[in-house]
Amino acid sequence: MSAAKRPMVARERGDFDRRNADWYIDRLVQGLVFLGGISAILFIIGIFVFIAKEGLGFVIDTLDLTEFFTSKYWEPSDEEAPEYGILALIAGTASVTGLAMVVAIPFSLGAAVYIGEFATGKTRESLKVLVELLAAIPSVVWGFIGLSIMNPLIIELFDVPVGLNVLNAGIILGLMAAPIMTSIAEDALKAVPDRYREAAEAMGATRWQVIYKVVLPAAKNGLLGAVLLGVGRGFGETMAVLMATGHSVNIPTSIFDSVRALTATIAAELGETAVGSDHYSALFTIGIFLFIITFVINLLADLVVRGVRKG
Amino acid sequence: MYLRKSMSLMGALLAVIATGAEGRTLIQNKGSDTLVNVAQAWAEAYQSVNPDAAVAVSGGGSGTGIAAMINGTVDIANASRKMKDKEIKMADERGHHPVEHIVGFDALAVFIHQDNPADTLTIEQLAQIYGRDGKARKWSDIGITVPGCKDEIVVVSRQNNSGTYAYFREAVLGKEKYRNGTLDMHGSKDVVDLVEKTPCAIGYSGLAYATEHVKMVCVSKDGQACVSPSVETAGNGAYPIARPLMMYTNGEPQGEIKKYMDWIMSDAGQCIILKKGYAPVRPVQCN
Repeated sequence: MSAAKRPMVARERGDFDRRNADWYIDRLVQGLVFLGGISAILFIIGIFVFIAKEGLGFVIDTLDLTEFFTSKYWEPSDEEAPEYGILALIAGTASVTGLAMVVAIPFSLGAAVYIGEFATGKTRESLKVLVELLAAIPSVVWGFIGLSIMNPLIIELFDVPVGLNVLNAGIILGLMAAPIMTSIAEDALKAVPDRYREAAEAMGATRWQVIYKVVLPAAKNGLLGAVLLGVGRGFGETMAVLMATGHSVNIPTSIFDSVRALTATIAAELGETAVGSDHYSALFTIGIFLFIITFVINLLADLVVRGVRKG
Repeated sequence: MYLRKSMSLMGALLAVIATGAEGRTLIQNKGSDTLVNVAQAWAEAYQSVNPDAAVAVSGGGSGTGIAAMINGTVDIANASRKMKDKEIKMADERGHHPVEHIVGFDALAVFIHQDNPADTLTIEQLAQIYGRDGKARKWSDIGITVPGCKDEIVVVSRQNNSGTYAYFREAVLGKEKYRNGTLDMHGSKDVVDLVEKTPCAIGYSGLAYATEHVKMVCVSKDGQACVSPSVETAGNGAYPIARPLMMYTNGEPQGEIKKYMDWIMSDAGQCIILKKGYAPVRPVQCN
């Protein structure tokens, strides 16, 4: 209302005043778009301030950081001598993520090379849609598959007492990470200029030689970025690993050992702690640690991918 | 225009909700997984006793209930362990004053797979299996051969905020801590399900969660004759790992909450806990 009234006054004031309704709408939209643009940054800062507020005081006052990173005992609910060691949890997350990458890298690179270099027309389009569909499966469904399909299968195949272990969670997580890795890897392959391929083919290279000797080396950084993002996904995944790892504080010595992930520990325990208690703060400290790790991994991935554009 | 319309709509909606809640007191009841089935049965039966009150029950473990009591988001917290001094202090600091009511007793049964030949276990053997300093990591370490199992003991435990977890530790391990590598299940039922499917497994949970597909061992303490877990042995204290079940109210119960607590302690309420497989606080005659 006021936006329509004011330009009348403005027009009477001078000839060069362009503050009519369109001008105000333009400004408003500009403001909204700007807000949308910086909101991501605001949210990131907000989240970091929140977890730092809940965890940082505890880190400074109470927590022994050496114990935190080197003790394998996580017993935060003990009244007399609580133990806050996350070494076993780090080992759990790392082993599951590591195995997930072993599963996901061949799958996703293979899929990316096929989609990007071989498949054409309808096959290519439908494959891309299917890969994206795979990425849309909720993680709790993956966890359910781990719990009810993979678990008995692993017990049967490998003759182990329990099927909820590194192997189970690693495969599940690998399948979960593969779609996003595939689409980023495929983008990296697409970024390689066609003239590279044409030049190689003109020299008499076979299809495989073109891919192996020219396209993959040229797309190296983008592919590395895809893998790093997959690792970041692995570190951050919660529900599926909570259900498929067996949730056991343990430094694994084989892929058939049950483990527990950092994220799963937060998910399983946070709801049951009193706000502000040491246990609550310790969980937030894990949150800070996870935040830093995923931040560094994503930053690395971003830098690596940027590297390809420069070259 | 639209704004005004939706505002008035919302106002009307709020009015409906307000009148709906009026005249009926809602009691929030949360906590122990061990108690959740009983709490639900109480809440349902209480509907017909006092239609003016509705009890909303949820589980999640004793830690959840106690945390909710400290945070002040619950009227009655169910717990299968006592609140720690630290927790009571935290609640006091926030202006909540938890008062303990013992509403029944429970035997913590130790479950093994049906094919496991063991019938009795001593508290010392359990400590060897569950304890951090314990030596039993294989069934052969305690002289048992389990068919279908390659000797490794799959130790099933609970998440560290569970009252069952805390009480089992107190009764079996004393000051010692749990070993690493236990499978920490998020509910009593999950423990029983896993033990049922895993020949190598051993687990523990409230007696009421026992099924015919798992075996309960007879537990002996200090060289005495072993006692099987049952409602009777839990009630008379003969079973070595029996524990009281608690409900915490914020201050001495008042009004509707007091009426509810009184009804739980009455014969009618105590018969329900007995029917659910727990020992009542005193002998009751039920039909």
